[in-house]
Amino acid sequence: MSDHIVILGGGTGGTVLANNLAERLGSEIDSSDVRVTLINDDPEHVYKPVWLYVPFGTREPEDGRRPLADLVDDRVELKIDRVTAIDPDAQQLHSTGEVGPIQYDKLVVATGSTLAPDEIPGLAEAGHDYYSESGALELQDELLSFTEGHLVLSVIGSPHMCPAAPLEFVFMADDWLRERGLREDVEITYTYPIQRVHGNPHIAEWARPIMDDRDINVETFFNPEEIDDGTIHTMEGSELSYDLLVAIPPHRGLDLLTEAGLGDSGWVDVDKHTLEAEHAANVYALGDAAATGVPKAGSVAHYQAGVVSQRLASEVRGRPATARYDGKTLCFVETGMDSASYVEFDYEHPPSPAPPSEKLHWSKLAYNESYWLTARGLL
Amino acid sequence: MSETDIEPAATVDARGAACPGPLMDLIGKIRDVESGDVVCLLSDAEQSLTDVPEWAEEAGNELLTVEEPDDHYAFYVVKS
Repeated sequence: MSDHIVILGGGTGGTVLANNLAERLGSEIDSSDVRVTLINDDPEHVYKPVWLYVPFGTREPEDGRRPLADLVDDRVELKIDRVTAIDPDAQQLHSTGEVGPIQYDKLVVATGSTLAPDEIPGLAEAGHDYYSESGALELQDELLSFTEGHLVLSVIGSPHMCPAAPLEFVFMADDWLRERGLREDVEITYTYPIQRVHGNPHIAEWARPIMDDRDINVETFFNPEEIDDGTIHTMEGSELSYDLLVAIPPHRGLDLLTEAGLGDSGWVDVDKHTLEAEHAANVYALGDAAATGVPKAGSVAHYQAGVVSQRLASEVRGRPATARYDGKTLCFVETGMDSASYVEFDYEHPPSPAPPSEKLHWSKLAYNESYWLTARGLL
Repeated sequence: MSETDIEPAATVDARGAACPGPLMDLIGKIRDVESGDVVCLLSDAEQSLTDVPEWAEEAGNELLTVEEPDDHYAFYVVKS
C-alpha cells in the first residue's frame, strides 16, 4: 500500500514542494510506494510579486500567470478542485469535485493568504491595492490620472504578504512621480500600525531616513478603524484625508483551517523549525499559511518547501526526520524605479539592508524572470 | 497562575511570536471587542514591554497591569 502525500495549494510553496518531492521520491513514486497529489482550485499558478509593478505600467498581470500543468512534474497527480473541509482525525479531505473523501497519509497545507478588506468599514469601496490582480489593474488606472493631491499608502493588515512591498510602493511612487514632473503636486504619506515604519526594527531604521530624505510623510501608531468620505479614522483617534488611498488590507488564511482546529484566523499553528502542525498529526504547513512569525514571502515558502520535502522523504522511508527550517528569508527591496536593496536574515541573524543600487534592482528583475525555474524546482 | 482578579473579555496568546506580532495581535483583538472590555495579551517578547504601553497610551486605552507569571508577560488592556 502506498503512502499518499497530499499538498493543498498550488502557489509557490505547494508547487516547489510538489516538484521537489517528485525529484526526491522519484523511485518510490515510480514503484507506486508513494503517491504525491497537488490540489489547487485554479488551473493557473500565480506569481504575485509581479503585481507591484502593474500600477506603474512596467509589468502585465499575464507575466505572473502560468498553467500549473506546465510547471508540475508529471509524477505528481494534479487535481483542480476546491477542498471544503479537512478532517485531521480521519486524515481526510472533502472537496467539491470528489464524491467521497480524499484520504491522506501526510498533508501539507500551503493555502496562502486571502484579503479581508471588509473587516474595515469603507475600505473595500475606498481603498485600492496591488495585492490582487484586479486591484493592481484598477490602481494603474487611478495612478495614470492622478496628477495632484494626497496619495496615502496605509498598512492596515499585519501580518500581510511581502512585508517590504509597502515601502517599495512609496519609494517607487515617489520616483515615478518625480520622473513625470508631478512630485511637487503630489503629497505622499505612509502609515504603519506600530511605532516605526516596518515590523522589523532593522529594516525600519534603514527605511526611515530614506523616507525623510524624499519627503514621504510618515504616520505611525496608525490603525484605521473606518474610512469615510475621503478620510481615514483611526483607533488612536487621529484622522487623515486622502485623494488616493492605497491600502494593505487585513489578511486572513482559509476558514476551513480554523474549522479543522489547526489554528486561528486561518493560519496553521506549527513548530517554527519542523513546520509540523501543533494540533494535528501528519500535517505540515508552509508559506503564508504557517504561523511561524517570519514574513509571508515567496522566499520563505521556497525554503520551507525544501525542509518539508526532506522531512517527508525521511518519514516515508521510516527514518528520523532531521531537516529544520532556520527562518531563512531573502528579499529584494525596490527603492525606486531603477534601484533596490537586498536583505537576508533568519531566526538568529537580523537583516542588514544592502546599499541601494541599480545592480540590485536588475538582480530583482532577473530573479522575477527566473522564478519560473524556482517553481519547477530547478532553482 | 493569574495574580489579578481581572476577568478579560478576550485573551490573545502571542507567546512564541516575534515583534511586532504580539502588539499586532492585541490591536486586532481590541478591534473586535466592545468599549470597556479588557483584553489580556500573553507575550514572551521583551519588546512588548515597551510596544504595548506606548500603543495603549497613544490609542487612549488603559494598561491596567502587567503580570509576569513563569516565562512570559500578561498585559491587561481596557478598550477606551
